[in-house]
Amino acid sequence: MKYLKTLMAGALAVVVSAPVALADWQPRKPVEFIIMAGTGGGADQIARLLQGLIEQKGLSSRPFIPINKPGGSGAEALRYMQDKAGDDHTVMMTLNSFYTTPIIQEDLGVDVTKFTPIGLMAMDTFLLWVHTDRDDITDLDSYVAAVKAAGLDWKVGGTGSGQEDSVLTAMMEAAFDYEVTYIPFPGGGTVAKNLIGKQIDSTVNNPSEQLAFYEAGDSKPLVQFTGERMAAFPDVPTARELGIDIEYYMQRSVNGPPGMSAEAVEFYTNLFQTLFDSAEWQEFCVSDGLTCDGMLNGADLAAFHASQVEAHKKLIAQVGAGAITGE
Amino acid sequence: MLDIATLLGAGLLQAFEPLNLMMIFIGCLAGLFIGAMPGLGSVNGVAILLPVTFLVPPTAAIIFLAALYYGAMYGGAVSSITLGIPGASTAVATVFDGRPMAQQGKADQALTAAAVASFIGGTISVILFTLFAPPLAVFALKFGPQEEFALMVLAFATFIGLGGDDIPKTIFSILLGLVMAAVGFDIISGQPRLIFFDFVELQRGIGFLVLAIGIYGIGEMLWTLENSKGEVKIHAVRSTWKSFRKNLSHIRDYLPTTALGSALGFFVGTLPAAGATPASLMSYGLAKTFAKDPDSFGKGNVSGVAAPEAANNAASTGSMLPMITLGIPGSPTTAILLGGMIIWGLRPGPLLFTDRPDFVWGLIGSMYVANFVTVALNLALIPLFVRVLAMPFTILTPIIFILCFVGVFATTDRMFDVWLMLILGLGGYLMRKLNYPVAPAVLAIVLGPLAERSLRQSLISSRGDVMTFFERPISLTCMLLALALMIYPIWLGIRRRRAGTTSGAE
Amino acid sequence: MSTRSAELLMAVGLLLLSLGLMWTVVADDLHIGWVEGRGPGAGVWPFWLSAGMALASLWTLVRWFRGATPESRNKAPYIDGQSLGLVLISFVALTVMLLLVHVVGTYIATALFLGFYMRFIGKHSWRTTVNTCIGMVLLIYFLFEWQLTKYLPKGAKMFEDGFLWIDNFRWQYLM
Repeated sequence: MKYLKTLMAGALAVVVSAPVALADWQPRKPVEFIIMAGTGGGADQIARLLQGLIEQKGLSSRPFIPINKPGGSGAEALRYMQDKAGDDHTVMMTLNSFYTTPIIQEDLGVDVTKFTPIGLMAMDTFLLWVHTDRDDITDLDSYVAAVKAAGLDWKVGGTGSGQEDSVLTAMMEAAFDYEVTYIPFPGGGTVAKNLIGKQIDSTVNNPSEQLAFYEAGDSKPLVQFTGERMAAFPDVPTARELGIDIEYYMQRSVNGPPGMSAEAVEFYTNLFQTLFDSAEWQEFCVSDGLTCDGMLNGADLAAFHASQVEAHKKLIAQVGAGAITGE
Repeated sequence: MLDIATLLGAGLLQAFEPLNLMMIFIGCLAGLFIGAMPGLGSVNGVAILLPVTFLVPPTAAIIFLAALYYGAMYGGAVSSITLGIPGASTAVATVFDGRPMAQQGKADQALTAAAVASFIGGTISVILFTLFAPPLAVFALKFGPQEEFALMVLAFATFIGLGGDDIPKTIFSILLGLVMAAVGFDIISGQPRLIFFDFVELQRGIGFLVLAIGIYGIGEMLWTLENSKGEVKIHAVRSTWKSFRKNLSHIRDYLPTTALGSALGFFVGTLPAAGATPASLMSYGLAKTFAKDPDSFGKGNVSGVAAPEAANNAASTGSMLPMITLGIPGSPTTAILLGGMIIWGLRPGPLLFTDRPDFVWGLIGSMYVANFVTVALNLALIPLFVRVLAMPFTILTPIIFILCFVGVFATTDRMFDVWLMLILGLGGYLMRKLNYPVAPAVLAIVLGPLAERSLRQSLISSRGDVMTFFERPISLTCMLLALALMIYPIWLGIRRRRAGTTSGAE
Repeated sequence: MSTRSAELLMAVGLLLLSLGLMWTVVADDLHIGWVEGRGPGAGVWPFWLSAGMALASLWTLVRWFRGATPESRNKAPYIDGQSLGLVLISFVALTVMLLLVHVVGTYIATALFLGFYMRFIGKHSWRTTVNTCIGMVLLIYFLFEWQLTKYLPKGAKMFEDGFLWIDNFRWQYLM
C-alpha cells in the first residue's frame, strides 16, 4: 500500500509539474515525420539525423517517427499530407519535388502553397562534375565543346526523369543549345559511382554525393550553380560569373499539412529552430556541403515556396514537361 | 600481407573492447528477433534503430548496426523455416526447402543447417573482404548497367528449373511477377504505370514484401488449413544435446554447396546491384542444377537450406565493400548504414581506408566476432524457435495472420498494403489450388525492376544498340554463363534419355 | 464447382486480367514500341509481358480442351465442403479483423480475432484464450510500438484517445 501511495504522489507531481516545464502545446502522440523520398537518400538522411537529435536533446514529449512515402516522386506523400489536413501530429521533410510533382501531375489535386510552412533547414547545391581523366575538359567552355562534339553520345547521369538534376540538365541543354542522352539511376550515390566507373560522362551531383571522390582525386567540378562561390569550392566559378543565367538549389524544408493549429505550428517552429541552431546541425551542414545561413519560417517561408512554385512553373514551361519526363 | 595482419589484429582488439563487444551482442540478438518476425527484415531494423546510435561513438555505432544486419540475416531463416514466411527477400529461397523440412519434423535440423551455413558464409566472406577489398572495389566500378542486366539474365537462368511441372502456368507466374514489378512510377520516363483505379498509393509500386507475405503468410496458410482439414499435424521437435550433435554431424552433406554459395554470395554482394537477394537465389539454383538428386530439392533437401543461407550472409558482408570503399550501397540496408556514416561525420569513399583505419578495421574485426556471437546465439535459441511448431494450429494460425498484418503495416506504414496483401494472398491460394506455382512470381517481383531498369539504362546509353551486352567483357562472360546454364539441364536430360535407351536395349 | 470448371474459369479470368493490363498500358498512353536511339519505351515491359501472360493463359486453355493437365480431368469439387468451412471462416474472420482495425484499432481488433479463433474454432478454455490474447497484445505493443517506435493504426478518434490515455503511463513512468 505504501508503495502505491508513493506512486500516486509521484503521478500527481508529474501531472502538476509537467505543464510548467514544457511549452504550451506538446504532441500527445508520436509525430509522423513523412519523408517524400525513399530510404537512404539525402532527405532521408536529414530526417533521421533530425529525429535522432530530437530524441537526444529531449525536445519533444513524444518521438518523431520517420516514415518514407517515396511513391511517384513524392506524389504519394503530397496526397497523404493533403488528406491529413488539420492534423497536428504530422510534418514532412521536403525537397524540390514538393514543387515539381504537383505541376507535372496536374490531377493530383495538391496545392503546396496551402501547406503549413514550418522551417527551411538547408539549401543543397549542385555542381557539374566530370571524371578527372578528362584532361581535355578544364572549364565550362571546353566542356560545352566536348559535349557538342560528342552529340547524343554524351551521357549524363541523373536520379530520374522529373528529378531536380533532370530539370537542371534540361536547363543546360536549353542554355548551351546542345542535346545529351540522360540516363536515370536510382539515387545520387549510384550516379556518382557510374561517373567514376566511366559509365557516364558527366553529372550534376550534390556536393555530398561527390565529395569523397573529389577528395580522392577521381572527379572534378567545373561550375557551380549557386549565387556565390561556396567556401568548400573556392576555385570553381559560378555559372553567373561565366555569364550563364542558371542558379538552382534544392530546398530542404519541413512543412505541415494544411490547416495545422497555430499552437502546434509554434511548437514545431521552435523545435526546428533549436535544431537548426544546434552545433550538430551546423556541423552536418558544413561536412555535407549544405548552405544553412538562417532558418526561414512562417510567412517568409510561405513567400519562398510561392516564388519557387512560380519559378518551377516557368522552368517546366520553358524546357517543356516532355524534356523532364523523358519520352 | 603483414600490414593486413597488423591492422586486422588492431581491429580485432578493438572489437573486443567491452563497449563494442556489448554492441555486437545486443545487435546480434536484436537482429535475430527482428529478422525472425515476418515482414521485419534488416532494412527496417537498421532504419529504425539508426537514431539510437547517435548516443555512442561511430565505431561502436556501426558495429552495432552491422551486427544487427548480420543477426537479421540469420533471423530471416528462422521465420522461413518455422512459419514458412520469408521475413525478407533474402530468405525467400530458404522457404523452398526449409518449410518442407519443418513439415517433416526436421525443423531443428534445418535451423542448424541454416545457422552453420550462415556462419560459414559470413566467415568466408569476411576473410575475402579482409584480403581483397581494394582490388574488388576497382572491379565493382567496372560494373555498369550492361553488366547488371547480364547478371540478372544469369540469375534468371540459374532458377530456370525451379518452376512446377506445368510449363504454361510457370511462365504465367513468372510474367505476372515481372508485370507486378512494373506497377508504380517508372524512373526512366518519370511516368506512372499501371495505376489501377487511380490509387495514388500504387505509385509506390507493389512491394516484394506485400506479395511474399500475402502468398506465403495468407495463401499457403489457407492451403495448409484446407489440406489438413483442420487436423494440422503438430511437428513437435524435441531438441536435445544428442539431436544437436547429430544435426551438426550432417554438415558434411552440405559443405560443398555451402562453400560454393559463400563465394558466390560474396562476389554478387560486392557488386553494387541488388545485394543478397539475387545471390541467395542464384546459390539455390546452382545447388539444385548441379546436385546429384535435383528432384529432392523443394521437398526438404538440407542443401536447399544451406545454399541460400550461406549466400545471403556472405552477400551481406560483401555489400559492405562498395559501401565503405566507394560510398555506394550494395543493398537497401547498406544504403541506410551509409546514411548513418555520413551523419556520424564519416565520409565513405576511396579515402576511408587510409583516413580512418581505426573505424574500418574495427568494423572488419567486429564482423569476425559477430559471426561467432550470432551462430552461438542462434544455435542456443533453436529449442525456443522449434517450440513455435508445437503450438496447436488454432493458436498458431491466428497468430501468424496477426503477425502478417502487423509486419506489413510496420514495414510500409499504410493499411493499403495490408489489404493488398490480403487480396494477393487470396489470389495466390486460388491459383495454388490449380497447380500454378507461386514461387516464380515472388522471385520475379524482386528481380523484375532491376532487370528492366538495367536493360533500359544500357540501351539508352548505347543508343538502342543491343550488341552493347556482348561487346563488354564482363557482360559477355555473364551472358555466356547464362546460356550454358540454360543449355545444361537440356543436355543433361538428353544424355539421361540416351543412357536410358541404351540400357534398355541391352 | 468441380476442379475442371475452376481450371477453365481461372484460365479465362487470367486471360481477361492480362488483356486488361495490356489495355491499361495503352490507355495510359505509354510508349509500347522501340524508341529510336533510346531502346524500349516505358510501356514495353508491362505491355509485352502482359501479352505473354495472355498467351500463357491461352495455352492453358488449349490444354484444358485437350485434357492435358491433371486439373482439367479432375471432376472432384474445387473446394470440398468439409474443408471449405474452415478456410472460409479463417478468411472471413481475417477480413473482419482488418476492417475492425480501421474502427477500433489494432489492439482490440487483434484480440477479438485471436479470441474468436481460439475459443470458437479451437475450443480452447476461456482461461487459455484470454491469457494468449493479453500476451499477444502486450507482445505487439512492446515490440512494435515501444521498441521499434511504430505507430500502429488506432481506429476512430474515441479509441485513439483511449489508447493514448493508457499509453501516457509509459511516457510518464517507464521512460
